[in-house]
Amino acid sequence: MSVLFVLLPAALLFAAGAVVAFIWAARTGQFDDLDTDALRPLWDDDARK
Amino acid sequence: MSANTVVNPEFAARSTEQVACAHCSLPVPAGLIEPGAAAQFCCHGCRTVYEVIHSSGLDRYYALRPADSSGVAPARTTGRSYAEFDDSAFREMHCQAQPGGVYSIELFLEGVHCAACVWLVEKLPLIAPGVVSARLELRRSLLRLTWDPGGGALSTAARALDSLGYSPHPARDVAKRTIRRREDARLLVRIGVAGAIAGNVMLLGFALYSGMFAVMEPQYQALFRVLSMVLTVVSLAWPGSMFFRGAWAAIRTRTAHLDLPIAIGLAAGGVAGVVNTLLGRGEIYFDSLAVLVFALLVGRWVQYRQQRWASDAVEMLYSLTPSAVRLIEGDAIREAPIEVVKRGDLVEVRGNETVPVDGDVVNGESSIDQSLLTGESRPTHVAGGDRVCAGTINISSPLRIRVTAAGEETRVGKLLRIVEECAARPAPMVRLADRMAGWFTAAVLALAAITVVVWMVIDPARAIDNATALLIVTCPCALGLTTPLAVTIAIGRAAKRGILIKGGDTLERLARPGRMILDKTGTLTQGRVSIVRWCGADWARPLVAAIESNSAHPVARAFVEAFRADADVSLKPGGAITTLGAGVAGRVGAREVCVGSAAWVRSRASREAQGIASHVDQFLSEGLAPVLVAVDGEIVAAAGVGDALRDDSRGALDWLRSRGWGVELLSGDHADVVKRVAGDLGIAEQDARGGRLPEQKLEYVRSAQSAGDAVMVGDGVNDAAALAAAHVGIAVHGGAEASLAAADVYLNRPGLTPIVELIQASRRTFAAIRRTLAISLGYNLTGAALAMTGILNPLIAAILMPVSSFTVLAMALGVRTFGGRR
Repeated sequence: MSVLFVLLPAALLFAAGAVVAFIWAARTGQFDDLDTDALRPLWDDDARK
Repeated sequence: MSANTVVNPEFAARSTEQVACAHCSLPVPAGLIEPGAAAQFCCHGCRTVYEVIHSSGLDRYYALRPADSSGVAPARTTGRSYAEFDDSAFREMHCQAQPGGVYSIELFLEGVHCAACVWLVEKLPLIAPGVVSARLELRRSLLRLTWDPGGGALSTAARALDSLGYSPHPARDVAKRTIRRREDARLLVRIGVAGAIAGNVMLLGFALYSGMFAVMEPQYQALFRVLSMVLTVVSLAWPGSMFFRGAWAAIRTRTAHLDLPIAIGLAAGGVAGVVNTLLGRGEIYFDSLAVLVFALLVGRWVQYRQQRWASDAVEMLYSLTPSAVRLIEGDAIREAPIEVVKRGDLVEVRGNETVPVDGDVVNGESSIDQSLLTGESRPTHVAGGDRVCAGTINISSPLRIRVTAAGEETRVGKLLRIVEECAARPAPMVRLADRMAGWFTAAVLALAAITVVVWMVIDPARAIDNATALLIVTCPCALGLTTPLAVTIAIGRAAKRGILIKGGDTLERLARPGRMILDKTGTLTQGRVSIVRWCGADWARPLVAAIESNSAHPVARAFVEAFRADADVSLKPGGAITTLGAGVAGRVGAREVCVGSAAWVRSRASREAQGIASHVDQFLSEGLAPVLVAVDGEIVAAAGVGDALRDDSRGALDWLRSRGWGVELLSGDHADVVKRVAGDLGIAEQDARGGRLPEQKLEYVRSAQSAGDAVMVGDGVNDAAALAAAHVGIAVHGGAEASLAAADVYLNRPGLTPIVELIQASRRTFAAIRRTLAISLGYNLTGAALAMTGILNPLIAAILMPVSSFTVLAMALGVRTFGGRR
């Protein structure tokens, strides 16, 4: 059970990594426009041909 | 004598055959169908756009378009040169230099409606040289364009967009929007951090709760408690600091604010939890606190986002106003940004354009619609030497104007400054939630004091613990979520119905009846000339429609529109001669027809049918302009020309009165016209005020405010200051940009029916809020009772608090804001 003393902080570090990624995404404007980008994959096919 | 007939100008002939337009898929009018052509078009705009798309090889647009054509309108191209986009003053104002010698600009596009539009617009680099990238945000129709001045001019890109049917307008307040975007991002970061912490503290909480029922070794329990403490302290210190700052501001300004009880709960829980963790005894409520911070932040974010969206939508409408003038330099005319115009310059204003400056007419003769500026419903005839004001609309033919004042110096500019001053000092209003927060704080603190005192007697060791439990469990989470959620949902649903609401307070104010002060021209009436009454021979109608069919004069157009049902295509006017300011005369078939002002027609006719004179007098007393019709030298009919009421005005006002609203009229138009309209609408004479200048309107609304709550409804620049000063300003569809900026609500649908819906929605929303608040208070009372009796433990608190929040959420979503029974 004493492995918890290592595992819990490790798990929290993982969570911190996810939070840092989220902060980066929010600060670089990834959530500014949620509607248009959802549509983009639907058209790109012909542009690449 | 025939009875007065009220003509319905909305009546339009329907085409029997349905041919779909190749561009917009709307039916093509029967007259425009070209037999044998492969592609049919409903209008010139659609044809132009179709040809541009086709020749650029972008036909895939039509494949990407959604199958249902709801929200689609025929394409509109303006054909402007957009030369002002290349001006250095324009670039300085609207463009940002980017690394690599390129520039970027934000443009609002008209006519964007679906995903295929995004695809088409983002193909702009293929058709406009110099454009590096184009990114369109569908929700706000906002295009971010990057271009290389070395590769091509911005005006080329603007013309390309225009030829695709998306006329571009430079977005205003880019700096303000950037700041807001940063604020949004900051709030989002806080939510992310608070959410991650809440999730993790909850997981740790699960372990601790299971430990309550089984035996847990002390060192593990200590580990879980310390980790919970560290995480929660971070959550309170970073994302939660918002509430402490809000509470501090409330204390300093001695106002009640919801942040205050929230901060007390968070602080009491935090401090007690830290002390208990460090001493290794007693209860900790870290899981409840972490979730509380997260839930409250989410509520706030939802609220901000919706309000932002509504104000963005209004800003977009604001950006659609013209930013260019036609500057005359020698023999050449160039389009220049409005900001470069100076006193003494010569500008040209064409038909159907807004006059951009104050000035004197040098050349040309036309009618000017001043209704947005003064509220006067009748067009004014202007010629050389007359003064025209910025913000009015030139109706018929081109005018050359010598500028006497531009920008802030114009009459409209001065009015706008008053508007800004009024808007900066909003009418004071205490929100329901904040009003409750004051009582709430006092009650909770009193209960906590009682708990401490009583437990000091029973068991001093538990006194502080029980008081802390009370403060945490009564933390007004539901109270903090109810109002923002319910209001946000209502604002979102209203926006779908074309009612744009800028602030949440608006709904609260409209939920209770008060005084509603309405403008006349353009608000209760249609704001344009139409045939209000027609007395006399009905057989003359086709003749009038025919003789007026070739004229662009507003009265002529009103006749053509009103008599469309009677129009006879076989009747062809011959040799119609228009005399400015008088009327039109000519031959239709074998008959001599003459339509115009009373004096002019009488001077040309020899006989007059019985009763015409009394009708003319009646029209004049009603504030209508009489127009006479003579056929073969005999005056056979009289028409009362004026500004007709909107179809739904009467019904809407009756509904308002039935709900206890006091309805008043406040207009800049002539007193006799106002009196007639008030009579038609059943408004008492003492409540109908005419001939008011914008400053007097403002004064009136201010004095009405001091007597109680006042709602102002208007459309013009002349109403803008009053709209900004009123508790709630409602700008109706088709209004001036100044009224958009000043008002709290903008109706994106014509008519007054949206106001009825809005008030209905406000009442329902606030009824629901009150219901929800009662239930959340019930939860809080239960929690308080449990805490005071010492039964409450962290597990019960952890269950009670989310349950109350979910109830609130479910109730807020379940409100029927719109529709159904009135």
